[in-house]
Amino acid sequence: MPTRSVLPSYPATELPSYRVEWKWVVIGACVVFTTYIAVIPLGFLLWQSFRTPQTATVDAVFTLGNYAAAYGSAETLRLFWTSVQFAAGTSILAFVLGTALAWMNERTNTPFKALFFALSIIPLVIPSILFTISWILLASPQIGILNLVLQGWFGLDQPLFNIYSLAGMIWVDGLHYSPMAFLLMTAAFRAMDPSFEESATMSGANILQVLWRVTLRLTWPAIVATLLILFVRAIESFEVPALLGLPNGIEVFTSAIYQAVHRYPSLVGLASAYAVALLAITTVGVYFVSRLSSRGSRYATVTGKAFRPRQIDLGGWRWFTAAIFVVYFLLIVVLPFSVLLWSSFQRFYAVPSMEALGNLTLDPYRFILNYPNLPRTVMNSVMLSFGAATIVMLVTSVICWIVVKTRIPGRWLLDNIASLPMVFPGLVLGLAIMIFYLNVDVGIYGTIWIMLIAYVTRFMPYGLRYNTSSMLQIHKELEESAAMSGASWITTFRRVILPLLKPGLLAGWIYVMIVSIRELSTSILLYSPDTQVMSITIWELWENGQYVELSALGVMFITALFFLVLIAQWLGRKYGVKEN
Amino acid sequence: MLSVSGLFTEYATPKGEPVKAAEDVTFTVPEGRLFTLLGPSGCGKTTTLRSIAGLERPKAGEITVNDRVVYSSSKGVFIAPNRRGFGMVFQSYAIWPHMNVFQNAAFPLEVAGNGKSGIRDKVMRVLTAVQLDHLAAREATALSGGQQQRLALARALVMEPALLLLDEPLSNLDAKLREKMRFELKRLQRELKITTVYVTHDQSEALALSHQIAVMNEGRIQQIGTPREIYERPASQFVADFVGNTNFVEGVATGATSVRTELGDVAVTTEQDLHRDDRVAISVRPEDVELFETRPPGANVWEAHVEQKVFLGEAVDFQVTVGPRTLLSRQHPTLRTKVGEAIFVRLDPEKCVVLKVS
Repeated sequence: MPTRSVLPSYPATELPSYRVEWKWVVIGACVVFTTYIAVIPLGFLLWQSFRTPQTATVDAVFTLGNYAAAYGSAETLRLFWTSVQFAAGTSILAFVLGTALAWMNERTNTPFKALFFALSIIPLVIPSILFTISWILLASPQIGILNLVLQGWFGLDQPLFNIYSLAGMIWVDGLHYSPMAFLLMTAAFRAMDPSFEESATMSGANILQVLWRVTLRLTWPAIVATLLILFVRAIESFEVPALLGLPNGIEVFTSAIYQAVHRYPSLVGLASAYAVALLAITTVGVYFVSRLSSRGSRYATVTGKAFRPRQIDLGGWRWFTAAIFVVYFLLIVVLPFSVLLWSSFQRFYAVPSMEALGNLTLDPYRFILNYPNLPRTVMNSVMLSFGAATIVMLVTSVICWIVVKTRIPGRWLLDNIASLPMVFPGLVLGLAIMIFYLNVDVGIYGTIWIMLIAYVTRFMPYGLRYNTSSMLQIHKELEESAAMSGASWITTFRRVILPLLKPGLLAGWIYVMIVSIRELSTSILLYSPDTQVMSITIWELWENGQYVELSALGVMFITALFFLVLIAQWLGRKYGVKEN
Repeated sequence: MLSVSGLFTEYATPKGEPVKAAEDVTFTVPEGRLFTLLGPSGCGKTTTLRSIAGLERPKAGEITVNDRVVYSSSKGVFIAPNRRGFGMVFQSYAIWPHMNVFQNAAFPLEVAGNGKSGIRDKVMRVLTAVQLDHLAAREATALSGGQQQRLALARALVMEPALLLLDEPLSNLDAKLREKMRFELKRLQRELKITTVYVTHDQSEALALSHQIAVMNEGRIQQIGTPREIYERPASQFVADFVGNTNFVEGVATGATSVRTELGDVAVTTEQDLHRDDRVAISVRPEDVELFETRPPGANVWEAHVEQKVFLGEAVDFQVTVGPRTLLSRQHPTLRTKVGEAIFVRLDPEKCVVLKVS
């Protein structure tokens, strides 16, 4: 029995103590850090786009010349038009594929769909650059296996596919982004009350009528949002335009920026002017996405309930939809990975044949494992992704605590600032950071620190999303009861908030880790020989024409990422379900 | 002892209009007493409790506990909640799901920097008091609602707080368990003699547990009194209506002890100064509306008809009409007068509470 409390004697009044409040130190540091990394590069990019190039003899001055050069020519109009064609084509292809698959998976009785859903994460571990290269190996007019095989079968003298075309670019990028469309649309279908569909069925509508007149109509906010996200992603994408477009002179904004920087002397001002245009497009896209998702709640489709929808019986057609799953999986995982695997066992790149089969060798693997900088490169990649994931998740946990749990005025602004990097295409962010640290010399240009800053900036919005959805589920009384138990803010944060945030924290940490380790488009403007990362090494091997060695590295890289994801999922299952 | 004086809080709605959550809330709770803030949702009782806890910062007023000022607008004092040393049980219990039973209860002692062995003894003692000692190693998420409630209480008591704050602690339990925990809570509070502020919207809980009750409405305290005073001598129509069921009969005073109503002239006894032509309402509890099958002696007797009756098991509720008025009466089930039959109503003048109509 606790005895009656012995009451301590307090002075009649107690003045507030003036010692350092750690709460405000931590909050202040996180706010300043976030604002610094999110706002500074953008401001500098804008500023630089109005400056002439600085040389040893001539100082930079204000100019509108970059914009005149960038927008004054018919060339730019063509650039804009190509970019829009590419992004629109990519997003529509990805959307159609992703939506069809999501509908089949969520709403029909297609066989083996549980297996398909489990497999749907595999495409996410194939980095864009490797996916693009593997499709070059599959469908290039000269060496593409598909072309050669089909030519042999049908006795054609012309290659069937040309991957180095706008259609080829759309095909590869559309396939690459389709898993994202699949996941987004799956979420939309899951959030919809199936009784809307069931009542349409009871009213006598057939499957297609239900799909067209009810399902798609009700999910339209999600559809538009998904299309916009895909469009923004496509217009930002760098690997496909650089590897497939540039050899044939097909330029989009991202590849034009890369070209402008990578020539001598580099035209940073022109690159900035292009970047501002690209930034304007992505900003409009992201703005409408956020408008849509905040309005989405007006539709009665989204509720907290977990639905067990009745599935539509496709009858014999379910074998057809199952076949679609198989073909899709072939195109997106099996073929690309197989071609890399095949070429990784060759001495020189060769199309599969009995003769080539006799020449199998482990030489490319030996080459890669003895590659002079490999240990350092792997170390850099691991350190960077580990560091970026950790910093992102810890800083955004504080940021989203402020946004979700406090009533501090201006917290919405903080939310927007931390989400600002979302509008930066990777290449533009790299450019902005490059320009800033070239002009403001704090000794980090060319070091691994500038890469770390770039990664943290780029992936902060993702960390924020993961943490926010977890934070919203933490009842405020869980925190208040810690305060009533006598715990300071720091103790509460460490012992109550962070442990309860763990599922989101862990999921976000893993996600940021994976996207960081694959990162290419930001790194490509920031790396130096000492700070090479895996994706840059792949890029360099490609530039050198070392295809078989690249394939060996690619196979090892994908395998390692795959196991990382498996471990991540295992961790998620082990620690993620303890809530409530 | 707790003293709250002149407490005033307001907060802005999302649209920016200020809402007054508590206005001039003043009361004192003597050492070892259980004081209840009772009222409908939005009446300011929770805001008041959270202001005492320090989870909300009032606009004006002063709060002292055992002569220690924890909040004072005039002196510019605001002690952070984690330095006040009060125990609190939240409506949701706020049991941390990532800790087991022992760790939950040990948390306040740990953050206070107590030694390991001291913590163990104290935690086990308080867990024994709430009969959770055998579950000390269990995951907190594996507890039932009642067990979580007792754990929340243990966590609030373990640091031997100067003041215990309870925010609707029983509202998340099912009806049977709620009744049981009511006795449990009362026993524990009376044994430990710990000064307690209890917030509830459930009048029967308030009547059962409290030494004193403050009935609140729209941010103001309407009446402070013992449970019996609140129930038997409500100070306003709101209190009479909110605490228990009642019949209101409006009328006009015809003298110091008489009111003319639709029933006829009602004789009343009241401490209030009643003047001719004062507009008043008479409040009579259903159990004080007496029914007889034959005309009884005494004042305030009228003939009535049984309009409706509802059998409740331990009682029967009768709706009877006297002229144009309907009165509700609670009777022992032995009274078996049928619907439509005549019956006599008697109101004891002592039980007719006269309330001024504002």
